[in-house]
Amino acid sequence: MTRLPETTQKKLGLVIDLDTCVGCHACVTACKGWNTENYGAPLSDTDAYGSEPVGTFLNRIHSYEVEPTGGGCSQTVHFPKSCLHCEDAPCVTVCPTGASYKRSEDGIVLVNEDACIGCGLCAWACPYGARELDLAAGVMKKCTLCVDRIYNENLPEEDRVPACVRTCPAGARHFGDFADPESNVSKLTAERGGIDLMPEQGTKPVNKYLPPRPKDQMKDMDVLTPLIEPVCEEPKGFLAWLDKRLEAL
Amino acid sequence: MHPAPSVIIFTVLSGLGFGLLTFLGLGLPEATGWAAFFYFAAGFALAVGGLLAATFHLGNPQRALKAFTQWQTSWLSREAWLSTAALIVLGVYAFAAIFFNASITVLGWLGALLSLATVVATAMIYAQLKTVPRWNHWLTPLHLLTISLAGGAMLAQQAGAAAMLLLFAGAVQIFHWALGDRRFEERGHTIETATGLGDRGKARLFEPPHTGSNYLLKEMAFVVGRKHAQKLRLISFAAMIVLPLVIVLLLPMNPFTAVIATLIYLAGAFASRWLFFAEAQHVVSLYYGASGSNPPYQPSLSR
Repeated sequence: MTRLPETTQKKLGLVIDLDTCVGCHACVTACKGWNTENYGAPLSDTDAYGSEPVGTFLNRIHSYEVEPTGGGCSQTVHFPKSCLHCEDAPCVTVCPTGASYKRSEDGIVLVNEDACIGCGLCAWACPYGARELDLAAGVMKKCTLCVDRIYNENLPEEDRVPACVRTCPAGARHFGDFADPESNVSKLTAERGGIDLMPEQGTKPVNKYLPPRPKDQMKDMDVLTPLIEPVCEEPKGFLAWLDKRLEAL
Repeated sequence: MHPAPSVIIFTVLSGLGFGLLTFLGLGLPEATGWAAFFYFAAGFALAVGGLLAATFHLGNPQRALKAFTQWQTSWLSREAWLSTAALIVLGVYAFAAIFFNASITVLGWLGALLSLATVVATAMIYAQLKTVPRWNHWLTPLHLLTISLAGGAMLAQQAGAAAMLLLFAGAVQIFHWALGDRRFEERGHTIETATGLGDRGKARLFEPPHTGSNYLLKEMAFVVGRKHAQKLRLISFAAMIVLPLVIVLLLPMNPFTAVIATLIYLAGAFASRWLFFAEAQHVVSLYYGASGSNPPYQPSLSR
């Protein structure tokens, strides 16, 4: 049913720490691996070894360079982007078949692939590029928040988190319930001033991004610094001998 | 946005078909017997042909019937209902007109209303999208509606109505272009709001997520052909509005001139609809480095 639930009991989602993310793409690989082998149609690749490889991914990492307004060093920010499981998800209400839905129990936005006609309208409605139509299966694919891991009692407890969170070597991804003010994700968001992406679209994303901390400023440099005599002088003793020998080679 | 031929053909042809059916339902002209047969055959062929073309771009068209279920929230689902209802009601009306020489006025008016509503529902699929600022405006339904009615009036050989509707459609088209060009910036969507990095400075794309292309870039970050947009606008305006208007005003209205005028109009309408998609910028292109007039990242892998 494509009518959005009034409220959801839980608001499961991710906190992504832009300060910590090193842009290694491990989450992309872990996501693709888990979601190709488990829930729903596999995430297909086309021309994977050819000159124009194209594939379906539920998580992609962009990298941006930010030039601080107040001067100082430019900052490289690695930016993982996946479904934000919006409270006011525009992708759900546009769906003509009811394939797209938001769960009232935990707020996860899912696609029922058996009902998806592959019209692509939900991907158009999403401002974040979180939905991709799989070219092989002709159905819409999106982040499921690893719904087949987080409730899966066959997995050891530490694995009952989304694959991207489990794999992140930098600890830049956190999973939890935003409806609970005492949860790890709620606390992190409050402490670090977590933000919404494109808030002007009015989608009320559940996932939050922690802004990168500002870099140190370079201390003022003396104008005469370049004229200071070099500290390193001609080597003496053993180093002088080694220098000569190596020179002679 | 990617100007998929199936969607361009669908919106233009079914728009024209439902425009014609609107006039036939209103009894303009009040045709019976063979005349009614040809009029309705044209209307149904265009409307149904367009709707069939729309199913070509579906990933799983065999499940298309499920699209009738979500009329409470989805304009695409409403369009399915309204178009089916319009075709059934006008089918009965046409049957009576062709075989019994009878015009059931109530059915005709209802069918006309449903045809209009179908065109509006189609337009709302685009107009509802906040993610495409150019479309997200009340002018979009008015634009598609006036274009389809102007074409319908021509095919129905209603010279007076066609002339007025062409003038109106032309004015709306110019406004839609002019306002559309400013719409993205007016909404204030930038790479800084998209990434949330705006409070610290100016952001630019350093590296895209992949070296190749992807579904999002192909579908929503279409950039080819925009450099000829102004020329195409002139051509489409001349063919869709000016030339048909000259024919309608200067030549006597008969089936031959009506068809000629409509064919020229169709060429212009296809160009206009191509631009409708190709010029529309989706906000997701911001994540791929689009800003102002700069296009988003495009892979240059193809050799």
